[in-house]
Amino acid sequence: MSHIKDMRQKVQLTEHTVFNVNSTNFPGTYSDFDDVWSQERFEERFQIDIISLSETDMEFDMVGIDAAVANAVRRILLAEIPTMAIESVAIWNNTSIIQDEVLAHRLGLIPIKADARLFEYKQKDAVEPTSEDTLQFSLKIKCTRNNVSSDATDPNVLYKNHRVATKDMEWVPLSGQEHLKGIRPVHEDILITTMRPGHELIMDLYCVKGIGKDHAKFSPVATASYRLLPEIRLLREFYGEEAELLQKSFSPGVIKLVETPDGQTMAKVANARLDTCSRNVFRHDELKDDVSLLRVRDHFIFSVESTGILPPDILVSEAIKTLMGKCQKFLHELDSVNIGKGKHKKGGKKN
Amino acid sequence: MANSAPSSAKNPILEVVEMKSENEESFQTFILHDEDHTLGNALKFILNKNPDVSFVGYSITHPSENKINLRIQTTGKPAVDVLKQGFKDLKQMCAHMLTTFDSSTKYYKENQQDQSAMDQSS
Repeated sequence: MSHIKDMRQKVQLTEHTVFNVNSTNFPGTYSDFDDVWSQERFEERFQIDIISLSETDMEFDMVGIDAAVANAVRRILLAEIPTMAIESVAIWNNTSIIQDEVLAHRLGLIPIKADARLFEYKQKDAVEPTSEDTLQFSLKIKCTRNNVSSDATDPNVLYKNHRVATKDMEWVPLSGQEHLKGIRPVHEDILITTMRPGHELIMDLYCVKGIGKDHAKFSPVATASYRLLPEIRLLREFYGEEAELLQKSFSPGVIKLVETPDGQTMAKVANARLDTCSRNVFRHDELKDDVSLLRVRDHFIFSVESTGILPPDILVSEAIKTLMGKCQKFLHELDSVNIGKGKHKKGGKKN
Repeated sequence: MANSAPSSAKNPILEVVEMKSENEESFQTFILHDEDHTLGNALKFILNKNPDVSFVGYSITHPSENKINLRIQTTGKPAVDVLKQGFKDLKQMCAHMLTTFDSSTKYYKENQQDQSAMDQSS
């Protein structure tokens, strides 16, 4: 029975193979378990623990959920949460050595600190930017020689404005955007290009709302990933040198050595969470048959790194809302149009 | 917004593949436009949890076509009803996830504040 339970709940890592990767807890697979979907059972088990949360980074545990849904949250974080990014650039003058199109591409990747929830998507056929769908920046900068007579070689001394960074971008509020505050690039020290005396940039930058599916520049996260909680089982006791070898086979902090009453050192699992699941322990013949490495299939350790546009906790809740919105969209569609049944009802026999 | 555009004849959201040989409500293939593995796999999971479903699977017909085909075969119930139930279950699940997540972050933030207040007073 415990074997079946392990099969259902754990992924097993062995020397050459990984077993029980896929979820099997569906009705009809096991005779002794009720796997029918139940919201009550889900709510009983489901749990979220925040491990750390800062302006840009977040780690949390999501327990009691299937990979299909956890992965949906991850995918939405990467590709479906809207942000504002520079989409078109009007270049009035560019005498720097970087080509127009390369420069425009670089500008597109700059994270813009603006809450995209306050904006609309720009309509495909719309030409003129409006205050609802566009943010405008201007980048106007010219590199000049500094009047220093010495034999200085440091460009910082020789030239003015030779480093064009995001702090040189100036937000130009469109009429109707006066109430917006703090619209700026997230970082002020992203280098856009370098110039020499005589080089000049005059550009208007237009930001629109978009999602990562369309272009990675719209992705609100640097990374969003999860891993499964590792579980380590020692099938016998390990003493002395063997215990030390066991400790060395895992990441630091995973195995601890404790002193037994008769003065021996013994290995114990201290914190399996720290393990990288390198499976190094299986390289040692004397250890490999007595250690079992598993991962808990429904315990996801999420790590979300925001680009700084929105805090990561907002991003995750937006991701869950987006998934809900998808369901709602199709429910609404199913209710409003008589899909799938109409044809058969016309037959006249079914009610 | 591509994924909340109102339905129109030009941009259908959901369609049913009409099969000549099948005149059966319990065997149907749906086309979900503008969706991918994100919704497809989550939906497959929740439908698999339904004992009325004998088969469910989805496929992305072609990488450049922005749609998925979702096949549902049931033990008798109309496939549309099962699909609707799947969306309802998934939505309810998300609603609980959202409240749990929000209360967890709130709890974490409050605890952090207490912690920093204690650090300052000591």
